Amino acid sequence: MKKEITLKINGEEVTAEVEPRTLLVHFIREQVSMTGTHIGCDTSSCGACTILINGKSAKSCTILAVQANGKEITTVEGLATADGPHPLQEGFKLAHGLHCGFCTPGMMLRAVELLDKNPDPTEEEIRWGISGNLCRCTGYNNIVKAVQYASAKMRGAELPNTDPVFVE
Amino acid sequence: MIQCKTSKEIGGMGHSVRRKEDDRFVHGKGKYVDDIKLQGMLYMDIKRSPYAYAKITNIDKDSAMAVEGVLAVVTGKDLEQYNLHWMPTLMSDTQMVLPVDTAMHQGQEVAAIIATSREAARDGREALMVDYDIMKPVVDPFKALDDDAPLLRPDKEGQKDNQAWHWEVGNKEATQDAFDAADVVVKEQMHIPRIHVASIETCGCVADYDKIDNHLTMHMTTQAPHAIRTVIALVAGHLGITEEKVRVIAHDIGGGFGGKVPVFPGYVIAIAASFLIGKPVKWIEDRSDNLTNSFARDYHITAEMAGTKDGKILATRMKVLADHGYTDGAANPSKFPTGMFSIGTGSYDYPNAFMEADAIYTNKPPGGVAYRCSFRVTEAVHAIERITDRFALEIGKDPAQLRFDNFIKKDQFPYHSPTGWEYDSGDYHAGLELALKTVEYDKLREEQAEKRKNGQLMGIGLSTFTEIVGAGPSKDFDILGIKMFDSAEIRVHPTGKAIARFGTKSQGQGHETTYAQIIAEELGIPSKDIIIEEGDTDTAPYGLGTYASRSTPTAGAAAAIAARKLRDKAKKIAAYLLEVSEDDLEWEPGKWFVKGAPEKAKTIQEIVFASYTNHPQGMEAGFEATHYYDPPNLTFPSGAYICVVDIDPDTFEIKVRRFVAIDDAGHIINPMVAQGQVHGGLTQGLAPAMYEEIIYDEDGNALNGTLMDYLVPTAVESPSWETGHTVTPSPHHPIGAKGIGESPTVGAPPAIANAIVDALKPYGVTHMDIPITPAKIFEKLKSMGVLDKDITAEA
Amino acid sequence: MIPASFDYSAPNTLEEALKLLQEIGDEAKILAGGHSLIPMMKLRFAEPEHLVDLNNIPGLSEVSMNGDTLTIGAMAREVDVEDSEEVAKVFPIFKDAAKLIADPQVRNFGTLGGNLAHGDAANDQPAVMLALNADLEITGLDGARTVGIDEFFYGFYMTAIQEGEILTKITIPVPSGKVGNAYHKLERKVGDYATAGVAVQLVLDADGTCISAGIGLTNVNATPLRAERSEQALVGTKVDDAAIEAAAQAASEDCNPSSDLRGSEDYKRRVVKTITKRMIAKALERANA
Repeated sequence: MKKEITLKINGEEVTAEVEPRTLLVHFIREQVSMTGTHIGCDTSSCGACTILINGKSAKSCTILAVQANGKEITTVEGLATADGPHPLQEGFKLAHGLHCGFCTPGMMLRAVELLDKNPDPTEEEIRWGISGNLCRCTGYNNIVKAVQYASAKMRGAELPNTDPVFVE
Repeated sequence: MIQCKTSKEIGGMGHSVRRKEDDRFVHGKGKYVDDIKLQGMLYMDIKRSPYAYAKITNIDKDSAMAVEGVLAVVTGKDLEQYNLHWMPTLMSDTQMVLPVDTAMHQGQEVAAIIATSREAARDGREALMVDYDIMKPVVDPFKALDDDAPLLRPDKEGQKDNQAWHWEVGNKEATQDAFDAADVVVKEQMHIPRIHVASIETCGCVADYDKIDNHLTMHMTTQAPHAIRTVIALVAGHLGITEEKVRVIAHDIGGGFGGKVPVFPGYVIAIAASFLIGKPVKWIEDRSDNLTNSFARDYHITAEMAGTKDGKILATRMKVLADHGYTDGAANPSKFPTGMFSIGTGSYDYPNAFMEADAIYTNKPPGGVAYRCSFRVTEAVHAIERITDRFALEIGKDPAQLRFDNFIKKDQFPYHSPTGWEYDSGDYHAGLELALKTVEYDKLREEQAEKRKNGQLMGIGLSTFTEIVGAGPSKDFDILGIKMFDSAEIRVHPTGKAIARFGTKSQGQGHETTYAQIIAEELGIPSKDIIIEEGDTDTAPYGLGTYASRSTPTAGAAAAIAARKLRDKAKKIAAYLLEVSEDDLEWEPGKWFVKGAPEKAKTIQEIVFASYTNHPQGMEAGFEATHYYDPPNLTFPSGAYICVVDIDPDTFEIKVRRFVAIDDAGHIINPMVAQGQVHGGLTQGLAPAMYEEIIYDEDGNALNGTLMDYLVPTAVESPSWETGHTVTPSPHHPIGAKGIGESPTVGAPPAIANAIVDALKPYGVTHMDIPITPAKIFEKLKSMGVLDKDITAEA
Repeated sequence: MIPASFDYSAPNTLEEALKLLQEIGDEAKILAGGHSLIPMMKLRFAEPEHLVDLNNIPGLSEVSMNGDTLTIGAMAREVDVEDSEEVAKVFPIFKDAAKLIADPQVRNFGTLGGNLAHGDAANDQPAVMLALNADLEITGLDGARTVGIDEFFYGFYMTAIQEGEILTKITIPVPSGKVGNAYHKLERKVGDYATAGVAVQLVLDADGTCISAGIGLTNVNATPLRAERSEQALVGTKVDDAAIEAAAQAASEDCNPSSDLRGSEDYKRRVVKTITKRMIAKALERANA
């Protein structure tokens, strides 16, 4: 009944036996023991489980581990490089784009693809672009700001000020 | 506007210090309860009742035990042998852990399946056969006291009907007199519906009972680890699990908002299972389980207001029917069954008020917990702000002006309210003035007048609310008898770096950063050099936890006072080292120096080192202080919010065009974090105003128990929030802070509702219940017979 | 949540897949994007014994404009049509619709074929396909057959696809004349199924007279619904205000919405009328652009 799968997770090849019904998110969290990818719902609604499959953002709770056979997976654990954190990781911290941190990995992985396809998105494009990811803490203002920061950094543009701005 | 007393290097109050916790979160290194994997760990899933009210006639354990990997099925009858089938709620009611014979709401826990894997546990849950005799449930709280309603709680001695309790506050007679004498009286029936905090992480635990040591470690999602430890000891003490043998650890928590305060049956069953089997047992809720097993709000309020025709308010009166489900599972301070609902006059100098509530049992899940607010203050604020607007509409006065005319004035503080509270401080005029200026209120009203001539629907809504947080002073505030103090313990190491521990528990508020800033402010040790720890009852000092915006008012104060104790000690050591009298010393953040000779100084780091290496003889060595802070009063943050909406006249889709929020939370510890809290709270205010409600049909079935139909707003629904602040420090709080995390959730819904009702004014609409949806606007106008009314005629 | 156990195959050719389907019979379920099926399996509303995954079969995902035909492989992802600027030149309706289907992650995996084959009147592509007069290629071991979109949706979650068959291709005619099309749905929040949705395609002659009209409605009937009287109300007119009003009125009368959490029957009729009007106007504007 079990199937053997081989895939790359954050650049490292993994071979494992899985039940066909094992969801990719459970495989990553429990068999590969990378717990940065989270589960927040049962209905593909919240996006906490978002990862990249061959560069495309995906809800890993709605994909079977067997479907990932032969694919390249990126999780939050694979975002940083030897040179340091990914611009999104930096942006989320600087712009206060996270509170409890539970939605954050999925939010960032989604934003990776968003910026890949649209390097200089408008605020509206960012909001629509992350509409498959729920955040209950931040009210999204600073997530938008975090993505804008990363966009600027990745384009080599002038970095926006990430300090809070108040009406006076 | 925010001034810093410390340098950026020290990073005390007022600096937007980036959060320490974020490095682990952005790298996926947060440790949430479902990330815990222990040797030999078993998995628990819970079979739930499909019916709202049913006798359980049989549970066929064999049906589940036949599933490979299933090790045990635990029922109420099993728990009854250990007297664990019922447990107390925080409100001194009782709640079933597992039912022995009757299921009281749809989704109630009926049996637990323990298995070797998550998959097997779920298969066991699906396979388990349970037989029921279905009974007619009590769903409508207005019918719960009818003669033919079944008595839902015959287990409670002396219980003759489905009323849980009655409560009242204020001056009934004087209020009645004011109503009798008033020119104008308005009245609206309001429902603040059942909602759920829906933190993105659900609840869960790993119960790890060690038979040899007779020791229980409980890894769990709790906002109040110490209180939970005490409750566990009270519930399971007779099994030998006494308090010193219980260690509760709350690791990183994926959002709480009040939903992780109660003791849920799942926790207790997991403990029982681990105790019986002797292995760790993990239980993680599904989203549907989470959404249908607890709730916030559900108040039916009759709100009335009396005043003069030129706009002087004389009295307000509120009568509440509170649907509590089958037990009072709220998490209020014990003496306050309606929580802080009794702040019934808000920001206004309304001379008379009377408020009463009747709590009703129904066949719905228990709860009444907070939804990012201080114990039901939201329900009160919604009613106050709505009925105040209703009054303005009635007499034809601008709602901003009516508010200005009735605000408590700055010089009236400390202000004694007719329902018995002493407001610490406030400047409501300043907040509203800033909000009006920011939004350009007069221009908006002009635009609205023009739009109305063309049949366009535009609305402007205000909410100028007062919160009541920081529970609370021990004379009035306790939970199950434990006074609602909170604590801080600071330990500074010889090299001047520190660790501080607290009785609270962050769920995203950023305590690891902000508490360090408070200590840095008081002690001058850079906040980056201070590690903050919370959540482990074996190491942290006892405290009541994080909810109701109480962390800054209580534990924040404890941190400041503990730090001041150390600063005093530092002064003694500095005097000794500098060979001067203490009276000759002056403090600046980070050092004691000799008055008039600032080059003669000892840094805090030098002083700390001396406390271990060269302390004055007779003085206790080391550099450590603890404080348990009993607040002298609550704190009263306030806000002035303005919402502008446009409504599609054909589909009634609502667009929040602008939302300006001016908050006053006193002194601000970290502007970036405070603003982040406001943003998040605003979206959680938008949610119940326009999207969220748990809906039950007449058989007590929850119709929207998933995130497909329970509509948590996305970044698209959520507008770009505009925020600012005024600063009116709390006079009694050591650092003048008041608490910020929940004000926006409290203040936003009435601003939005008022804006929508204002937009619909041409149709003659005077009130709508939240959540206000396009479909509900249609039904409202249809029921009023005004769907096809030519609204341009009146403009 | 976890699905019940099942067996899994991922054939590499269409023939292999068809054979498997024949062997396994009615306990087999086809896995395309999986974003409707897997949630149903997690909730255990669906418990198939065997999943046949089509994702490894090459050649089922092309999206191409070829003279007078747009061809969309059944395994093309929503995002493939959403992102295609070539498709958008004639059929901007796909950008309209895709933006409102679930969310970006779901659109990365959800397929157009799956969206149709699921037979759910709440899905958005069925109404689009009705408006565009799509033909659907269904392949079995005996070969391929073509079914017009009007013969595809049978009943509640039922389609013309028979046991052992696979939906393989969608072809959409590129009409000659001035073409405009548009889609919109009212949703309670982003990613929701439609409270009501309307797809419109207009073809005008050189004078601006409507020579054909396609109007499909989402989630206001047990099956995806073609608003025939609305189409007739437009054909032969200059799509003036009176014609638009008549078409919208007819759509609101001919749909059969049920009252539910998204709104009452009356409300949905009003929404259908409003959106029909707006989408005809938008399609008209695009046709004349």
